[in-house]
Amino acid sequence: MENEFLFFMQFLLSGLSMGSIYALVALGFVLIYKATSILNLAQGEFLMVGAYVCLSITLDLGLNFLASFMLTMVFSVILGLAVERLVLRPLIGEPIISVIMVTLGLTYILRGLVIMIWGNDIRQFNIFPEQPVDFWGVKLTYLYLYSMGISLVLLTVFALFFKYARAGIFMRAVADHQTAAQSMGISVKRVFAMSWCIAAVVSSIGGILVGNIAGVGVDLSYIGLKVLPAVILGGLDSILGAIIGGLIVGVLEFLSAGYLDPYIPAINEVFPFIVLVLVLMIKPYGLFGIEEIERV
Amino acid sequence: MPAGLFHESYRNDERIFQTWFVRAWLMAFLIACVLFPVVGSKYMVSIMTEVGIAIIACHGLNILTGFTGQISLGHAAFLGVGAYTCSILIEQGVPFIIVLPLAGAMTALVGMIFGIPSLRLRGLYLAIATIAAQFIIEFTIRRWDSLTGGVEGMFVEPGTIGPFHFDNRVHLYYLTLILAVAATVVIKNIVRARSGRAFVAVRDRYLAAEVIGVHVFKYRLMSFAVSSFFAGIAGALLAQYLEVITHESFTIHQSIDYLAMCIIGGLGHVLGGIYGVGFWFILERILELVTTNLNTAFPDHITWFVSIKEIVFGCVIVLFLIFEPDGLAARWRTIRAYWKLWPFSY
Repeated sequence: MENEFLFFMQFLLSGLSMGSIYALVALGFVLIYKATSILNLAQGEFLMVGAYVCLSITLDLGLNFLASFMLTMVFSVILGLAVERLVLRPLIGEPIISVIMVTLGLTYILRGLVIMIWGNDIRQFNIFPEQPVDFWGVKLTYLYLYSMGISLVLLTVFALFFKYARAGIFMRAVADHQTAAQSMGISVKRVFAMSWCIAAVVSSIGGILVGNIAGVGVDLSYIGLKVLPAVILGGLDSILGAIIGGLIVGVLEFLSAGYLDPYIPAINEVFPFIVLVLVLMIKPYGLFGIEEIERV
Repeated sequence: MPAGLFHESYRNDERIFQTWFVRAWLMAFLIACVLFPVVGSKYMVSIMTEVGIAIIACHGLNILTGFTGQISLGHAAFLGVGAYTCSILIEQGVPFIIVLPLAGAMTALVGMIFGIPSLRLRGLYLAIATIAAQFIIEFTIRRWDSLTGGVEGMFVEPGTIGPFHFDNRVHLYYLTLILAVAATVVIKNIVRARSGRAFVAVRDRYLAAEVIGVHVFKYRLMSFAVSSFFAGIAGALLAQYLEVITHESFTIHQSIDYLAMCIIGGLGHVLGGIYGVGFWFILERILELVTTNLNTAFPDHITWFVSIKEIVFGCVIVLFLIFEPDGLAARWRTIRAYWKLWPFSY
């Protein structure tokens, strides 16, 4: 009984810490979708690029982790701005397929650039200490703790940002009603640019965290697609939904690894997607998403 | 000098190829295709087979995404279903002539299952559902060891129809050619018929389509079925072509590639698939030529040239979407319209 409970808690807590990273990346998805109605399928590549930049500044240039972290953020802001200005802005008003496809084209370019600059090998950060911390029998590594901590802090910061900061209120206004926001004197273009910047920043933070856990390689970009179930579960246009969806998907992934693995090996790789299909069939707009109601 | 095209009967108006000029060029093209293995090298025949397979796959995707407007990011997974069905059935001793349609039918069934969410979903959400389909099918292929050989994949026994053995590259080329031509004819006729018009109506304004009596869900499901049937046939051919199939031949990257080919060629144009695949493979050959030459010239920078391919394809996709979102088919049409009455265009 005792062991059963520990087993459960172990997977629950690991899932929560992975889920908090998912929540961060999902936040990036939701921000862009809310402001610009674009689903950025290149989110995973943003994440990978962020991780690579941070890694190479830390290991190759030898700066300390905090400094390289800050530099990476600056880089992400520039990347977000550039992508929005050069690629997405010409496509405003085009059909969904063009916009989806252009972000997929972007994934090719970014992945190609990463392979060109850094090659194909998986590299390790080795910054956080390896030995796990013991919480009444539940073992968690420092990495997981830090990830959870950083994600929670950031999520709180963003929650406050959207509630109180001017820029945050602008962004919510544009998401709510573009024309009305524009007539109130809010620059919609600037808000678009800002949401891409923030999305790039949060995903590269997510990338650095995941990169610390799993090593930095090209496969890191799959996180971008793995986060889709979280985004859909929470509702594509809900920030709260992204956070809760991320946590739920993280927990589900780890619990399925713990409990279903003996029956279907490695089910955790695909379990979130099965959940995704079910959510889409039962409640397509997620837990907190706004339902599209159409009238003839 | 032609001043225009005048029809004197409905029969004439409804012909697919309306002038003798078009018919002559088409015949010339088909004869060139048939004679190609006599002239071309073994390598080129093999490449052309690959092109034919991609054309069949793209026609399928074009029906679904181009004509019915349902974005699919899981097309390669459906090819995978076809490929594995083909290879498993051949192993069971089923004759190849039956295997081929069965592979198509099996894939159509799977496609329809993953098409069910389209009852409630459109656009973005459906695209995400097809991504899920891609991952679930890929996972099944990778982990169902007893059926698919798991990560190691499986050997495909060559099929035979009468005197033709498809481990012979030339025979496989002719089979692919026949099926690609058939696929093009079928797609052209679907588009001309009631179902094709219903597809387009569903794509353009599904509410209006429903109001005038088009059963939206039925036609969405139908387009999933037709598209997956094409994918299944293409997958079975691909299995014959590759000889060893693993899950790595059917990843989401392939799915994106097929969608990119369709967009470059022109979504919603019958010939879009052919133009797109042609463009894609020609670009691929050119890049391969350039990179192998550069590799021998600068052996220190091999990773550079490997990634150039991916970057170029990414740029091509982005540039096409920004500057020519209707693809090569539309560009070809404007060029032709310009030259048709040149220099007296008004």
